[in-house]
Amino acid sequence: MPVRFEVNGKNVEVEVEPRLTLADCLRHNLRLTGTHVGCEHGVCGACTVIVDGAAVRACLMLAVQAENTKVVTVEGLSRDDGLTPLQASFRKHHALQCGFCTPGMITTAHALLSEEPDADAERVREVLSGNLCRCTGYVSIVEAVLDARAAYRKREGTAP
Amino acid sequence: MRPTNLLVGSAVERLEDLRFLRGRGQYVDDLARDGVLHAAILRSSIAHGRIRSIEIAAARALAGVHAVITAADMGKSVPIIPMRLQPLPEFHPFEQPVMADGKVRYVGEPIAVVLADSAAIAEDALALIEPDIEPLPAVANRRAAAKDDSILFEDKGTNLALTFRATRGDAAAAFGDAAYTRRETFRVQRHFALPMEPRGLLADWDAARGRLTVCGASKVPFFNRRILAKQIGLPEDAIEMVENDVGGGFGARGEFYPEDFLIPFAARHVGRPVKWTEDRREQLMAMNHAREAECDIEIACARDGRILGLRGHAFADMGAYMRTNGAVGARNIAQFMSGPYRIPNIDIDVSLLMTNKTPVGTYRGPGRFETDFFRERLLDMAAQDLGLDRVEFRRRNLVSAGEMPYPIATIAPFESRDELDSGDYQMTLERCLEEIDWGRKSRLQGREIDGRYHGLAVGCFIEGGAAGPKEGARLVLEPDGSLSVYVGSSAVGQGLETAFAQIAADAMEIPIDRIRGVFHGSTSYVSDGYGSYHSRAVVMGGSAILLAASALRDAIRSRAAHRLGCDPAAVEIVEGRKAVGPGGSSLPLVGLADEGISAEGSFLNKKHTYTYGAHAAHVAVDPKTGHVQLIDYVVVEDCGRIINPMMLRGQVIGSVVQGLGGAFMEDLAYDDQGQLLAGSLADYLIPTASDFPMIRAVVMEVHPSPINPLGAKGAGEGGIIAVGGVIANAVANALSSFSVQPRELPLTPSRVWHLLHDARRAEAAE
Repeated sequence: MPVRFEVNGKNVEVEVEPRLTLADCLRHNLRLTGTHVGCEHGVCGACTVIVDGAAVRACLMLAVQAENTKVVTVEGLSRDDGLTPLQASFRKHHALQCGFCTPGMITTAHALLSEEPDADAERVREVLSGNLCRCTGYVSIVEAVLDARAAYRKREGTAP
Repeated sequence: MRPTNLLVGSAVERLEDLRFLRGRGQYVDDLARDGVLHAAILRSSIAHGRIRSIEIAAARALAGVHAVITAADMGKSVPIIPMRLQPLPEFHPFEQPVMADGKVRYVGEPIAVVLADSAAIAEDALALIEPDIEPLPAVANRRAAAKDDSILFEDKGTNLALTFRATRGDAAAAFGDAAYTRRETFRVQRHFALPMEPRGLLADWDAARGRLTVCGASKVPFFNRRILAKQIGLPEDAIEMVENDVGGGFGARGEFYPEDFLIPFAARHVGRPVKWTEDRREQLMAMNHAREAECDIEIACARDGRILGLRGHAFADMGAYMRTNGAVGARNIAQFMSGPYRIPNIDIDVSLLMTNKTPVGTYRGPGRFETDFFRERLLDMAAQDLGLDRVEFRRRNLVSAGEMPYPIATIAPFESRDELDSGDYQMTLERCLEEIDWGRKSRLQGREIDGRYHGLAVGCFIEGGAAGPKEGARLVLEPDGSLSVYVGSSAVGQGLETAFAQIAADAMEIPIDRIRGVFHGSTSYVSDGYGSYHSRAVVMGGSAILLAASALRDAIRSRAAHRLGCDPAAVEIVEGRKAVGPGGSSLPLVGLADEGISAEGSFLNKKHTYTYGAHAAHVAVDPKTGHVQLIDYVVVEDCGRIINPMMLRGQVIGSVVQGLGGAFMEDLAYDDQGQLLAGSLADYLIPTASDFPMIRAVVMEVHPSPINPLGAKGAGEGGIIAVGGVIANAVANALSSFSVQPRELPLTPSRVWHLLHDARRAEAAE
């Protein structure tokens, strides 16, 4: 069946099976492979995307449920000419090693800081606790997100 | 060695991050191919049984299914996966066939492969296959295995694959004379690497050219190519293994698994590209498990606290087959039980027992995590018995700098001898005590504050690295003056490209942005490669790059000399930009050769590097719930020459948190029928961002390794090795007023609560 939604600012229409997850639709139908699939049961958070402003698990949502929504993936939070302040902070703090969980960390942190640019360390840890990382031990990820807050404070009032 | 040395030793931001942070990494499941078929694997749901028949007709008839492959399609015999490390003849009967052959021996063993137009259809078809399996009694643990009532390999007649023995000095004599001995039993539970990216393979068979391409390689692509070539009947150079971005290895990814044959075989079978991506449930039952071991060991000391000997027997639960590196953990339990300590008399047996569970392999710090838990627990108990301060007890027994190189126990069979290469072990212990503020915190030991009991512990470790025999690298000065680096090491997510770019740029005296790329892990880049395991990539690959750089400088001098009409020895390469001859005539390196200038280097090594250090922990235990809060955790380690301190610290902290997973929560539990009880991430718990906020790492480079030109030592495993022992000792210290002695991991709230409960009951009964 057809499903229409917006991805990273572009309107798309995809023909999908009703059982196809949004994660698989993004990865395989739309070739946006920055969204990773790590567990397919909503535990690891690698597939986190932003749907109408909220961080959601793309493996727990069917593609057909995305009808008429605005979806933002890690590709939509990136630019060609360099890194965003959030990404640069991840790089500076060495908040990634293998990079597999990283897109989910970026989308989750972006959704958080867009809403709560003053989130403290405990709040950041609480929100990130839904995203599993096996390389870093999280210490550097929390530091990176805290250090990126300034960029979100400046842009408060503007749409993400 | 290097006139300018700006990059090595600096916290250079990683080159890899630019693609990973923007969702531009290319992991194997990100690859697409026209005409690809998707594979799904039917796995045994029975732990032990005889296969009577496999009915595939209904699955084959499903629309969209192109083939169903079983052992019957493999020709006259099902290929066997040979061992890569410690390939002793004794292990041969226990090696794994690529598909269940007559019997199933663990839940998760491949029985059939379905190829279909989509992964969803392939999975639908799995439900239509009907295997008829006659169940046999499951051998669910090492005690059942030792009874030999039910036997996995009937021809062999026993579930005991082998017993390793580590010896040094004369343990019997030492124990006979000792003033003090203590004997204890300990156990570490089964857990595993769990890299975040599941495994995946994409195989492409080009019938016209007779060539096979396999994407998804990592760790040891050249070794795996040799196995595959032999199994599938192709010359090695007809197979290309391609390493894509790799989402974590930790020892488990990139070994040769059954799927590493099945997917290429399937692609050739149907003449189309075939892709397989492991799901998490599959990973939990198919990827190498690790760590499950028990021991019954005894320590002998003099009254003054000198350790005289260590002896006993350990038992490793191997699961159903001897996989490529399955014996490493058990071997290391025996050989490294003495750790960084001066223990003159050693006699440790380790029996390897086959059970109906997923086969084991290496997981970061294999055997070392287990044996350090055993040893450090025993040391704290012995110190208490002897009335010695446990820090002072360790000080007295650490190998000193003056004793280096220090021989450790010899392991048999295999007759492998080894020695600790260099270091000042007490230095890292003292620094660790200082960092955690041991002096001030000492008064907290066993104290109850606001309803929680505080405990401290400190432990010392060594970490082996730099496995031989060799590694190769090729450097190319490109016509535009940039440098391409080709190396036989492979990336598993550890930042290899950045570390090698730093080393190569320094060696050629060029800025890092002149590095065109670091090309690694695929079989097309160098003629032979040995990969990344045993913390070897930086030492072996990095040293090979240094040697290649030296050869490249010679080649540049020779080329320039030819053009300048002088002797090569008279040419000097200045600032990595120009070749200057006698009298100041010079040539820019840009355009020195139209086709570029290439040089190779090969680093040979028979010895191991030993990184060393100490861990300290401060915990608080809630007696009502058994929950252990980690208040502070410090690692101090000396890794010799540090390439990138930021990446090293990241490795250490990540490694510690993995270890805390093993110490507190991770458990691949099985029931007595051999059914895996932890088949999802909701059942198999790993640390999250809110669990352990306070982890610190101090990395030092006081004692460069004397055995390689970089002076580097393998690193990245040291963070995990000591965690189990230190955490258990901290919990024991916290609960010392109840005489609680943890002897088993993981220290879940439930286990800690039961320890306390039992201790209180015993106290009340007295």
